Amino acid sequence: MQESESALFLAFQLVMAGDADLLEIVGLSLRVSVTAVLLSCAIGLPVGALVASQRFRGRSLVILLMNALMGLPPVVIGLLVYLQLSASGPFGWLQWLYTPTAMILAQTLLVAPIVAALSRQVLEDLHDEYSEYFDSLCLSAWSRVSTLLVDARYSLLTVSLAGFGRAIAEVGAVMIVGGNINHYTRVMTTSIALETSKGDLPMALGLGIVLLMIALIVNALVMTLRSSAERFAYA
Amino acid sequence: MSVLLRLFGVMLPAASVFRKLILITLLLGSHSAIADESIVLQSTTSTANSGLYDYLLPLFQKNTGITVKVVAVGTGQAIKNAENCDGDVLLVHATQSELNFVAEGYGVERFDLMFNDFIIVGPATDPANIKELTDVVPALQRIAGVNALFASRGDDSGTHKKETALWHSAGVPIKEASGKWYRETGSGMGATLNIAVGMNAYALTDRASWISFGNKGNFEILLEGDDALYNQYGVIGVSASACPNINEHDGQLFVDWLLSPEGQAAIASYRVDSQQLFFPNASSN
Repeated sequence: MQESESALFLAFQLVMAGDADLLEIVGLSLRVSVTAVLLSCAIGLPVGALVASQRFRGRSLVILLMNALMGLPPVVIGLLVYLQLSASGPFGWLQWLYTPTAMILAQTLLVAPIVAALSRQVLEDLHDEYSEYFDSLCLSAWSRVSTLLVDARYSLLTVSLAGFGRAIAEVGAVMIVGGNINHYTRVMTTSIALETSKGDLPMALGLGIVLLMIALIVNALVMTLRSSAERFAYA
Repeated sequence: MSVLLRLFGVMLPAASVFRKLILITLLLGSHSAIADESIVLQSTTSTANSGLYDYLLPLFQKNTGITVKVVAVGTGQAIKNAENCDGDVLLVHATQSELNFVAEGYGVERFDLMFNDFIIVGPATDPANIKELTDVVPALQRIAGVNALFASRGDDSGTHKKETALWHSAGVPIKEASGKWYRETGSGMGATLNIAVGMNAYALTDRASWISFGNKGNFEILLEGDDALYNQYGVIGVSASACPNINEHDGQLFVDWLLSPEGQAAIASYRVDSQQLFFPNASSN
């Protein structure tokens, strides 16, 4: 248990010292995961809203697939992306392998199904409530989608937070496609894996505590934003 | 802040929200695509985890301005990645696999770079009583004889290849023992050492990984010094005729620097806990 105590102390020390390496790693973690979540929202929300509001053949199959994709292991995504981006793969010419771009791509593939599947569920409940109203106005598919997305925006914010949680916490995908290169593609989770493999468990745990604090801060920021936006909207 | 408030607070047509999302995404995603000189080094883990690169690479960069990006994985995976043309230089420790790599046309030429040795570590209680031995083969036979736990990398790394060869010399059928007293972790050296310490199992490790390992518990070096435990590291520049996309020129500059008197002296002067981890021997090429 000595490890946990020295880890807490180390985490505190790391943050207080404002260590440049740590800031760089935290910055890259946030940049990669936030970008991936925004991209995932840009893809997943319209898909979720379309599936929620439209009736078409094979719809239940699509829903099943979306829900199943939520369970894809990050390391499998990492491997798939590696094989595509490898110099010997079809997209090697992009030269994205071992760059932050590859990490963003992998995390987007990881998070987009989560955003799509969860937003589909949220929006379908709302759609059930609105559907007669929509029908009476003869709204186009696009207007339905945009109305649903706007009216459910606060719930969708929580959906995006779930996606962010998945992205910032995963290690399998970014390890393979990023390569954990120092000062270039090293993020919080791959640093933790590295320190663990060096047997420096207090440092690994210390970084883990820092990661937890970041997740807390991001969630708190979004919650504050949400409540002040609500007050602003209903004022 | 006010922009964000408007983004979430005021009714906006969804299309415009998405335009903003995409715009923000592009801003965040666009990282400086400066074409600085850099190469990718596919490397074994021991050289990276022991901090050798943190010491060597700044010296090389100061000389040449070339940044070396290290991807540290097991030797097997490093070779595989280099065969996929995803690296400019290969630095691993499995001489036969390295020679195959060159023979198959992926590498320009293989050079001896440096050496250290493998050691067997285990709990201080030493249940198989190998500490009194000096040769590795009888030690392994004793471990197998009393079914003492042994943690193997099991990941096709250089260390794993060495270990498999040693078991073969000892005439112990490890495949049959797998899952019983012989535990294949399928992970890197550090993770395997963590597991070995956790379950009081013997393990074969390179000395550099052991010296720089921070979670030794009550473990000690129980066997060292046998000539069979010699650990040679090799370096190979990836060939541009096999991989036209790679940076053969800068890769070769790095190889040449490592083999030069300056690079060799730098390797020799790297120390952890005042112990030398790697012994340069490029002169034997």
